[in-house]
Amino acid sequence: MQILFFILGAVALIAGGLVVFQKHPLRSALWLIVNFFAVAGIYLMAHAEFIAAIQVIVYAGAIMVLFLFVIMLMNIRQPEEAPKIPFIGQKLAGIILAGFTGLILIYGVAKAALTTGKEAAPGLGNTESIARSLFTDYLLPFEVTSVLLLVAIVGAVVLAKSKLK
Amino acid sequence: MVVPVQYYLALSVALFALGVIGVLIRRNALVIYMCIEMMLNAVNLAFIGFADYFKAVDGQMFVFFVLTVAAAEVAVGLALIVAIFRNRGDVYVDNLNILKW
Repeated sequence: MQILFFILGAVALIAGGLVVFQKHPLRSALWLIVNFFAVAGIYLMAHAEFIAAIQVIVYAGAIMVLFLFVIMLMNIRQPEEAPKIPFIGQKLAGIILAGFTGLILIYGVAKAALTTGKEAAPGLGNTESIARSLFTDYLLPFEVTSVLLLVAIVGAVVLAKSKLK
Repeated sequence: MVVPVQYYLALSVALFALGVIGVLIRRNALVIYMCIEMMLNAVNLAFIGFADYFKAVDGQMFVFFVLTVAAAEVAVGLALIVAIFRNRGDVYVDNLNILKW
């Protein structure tokens, strides 16, 4: 079980690193799909079967298709000459800043007193328990989410229709 | 054998830091967007780890809502990027300095 976690975590990390350091955005997008699949596998191990399914369908399916569609639409043939970097050490400074962010997060995690978990009760993350929670305790957020999606649809249509002038 | 929650959190921190690196050092707006998605994914992983740790379904509900918000954000954000591309011809964030006088 832990071996599987380490394998999937390594795949997720390597794919994530390739997302960041690939020159061409198309390759970044394809590696991001690999990353999402690995994370979905980890969800499956953490008794979150429904979330793993919608991770694959929504993230790796819908969202990444949208990304690839936009990349193809822009027809970026080669990683053309990137504009001049205004600040020379920006790459180094970015990596150092991100490292500090990670260290702060690790400090917070290390301070928390967490023990090793026990085996899950059967049926923790399956569709039935998710649906029971979604339509009782989380009914209002669920309905608000539908309004949010409607707003996003209208906004995307308006933005894509007319030129920004 | 149960995977300890610390492992989930460590992987989540690593993925989040990778996303931060990407946002800070890349200048293609599309790649920056992908890195933001990766950071959202890292936060989801922490939620799932805690949901497994506390044996409660509430963490998974939050992941559900984060997924929905991410989908809405991507739809609007990519529409914005397409509009910028049509207007200016590229999507490098260094060239988008029209507000800087």
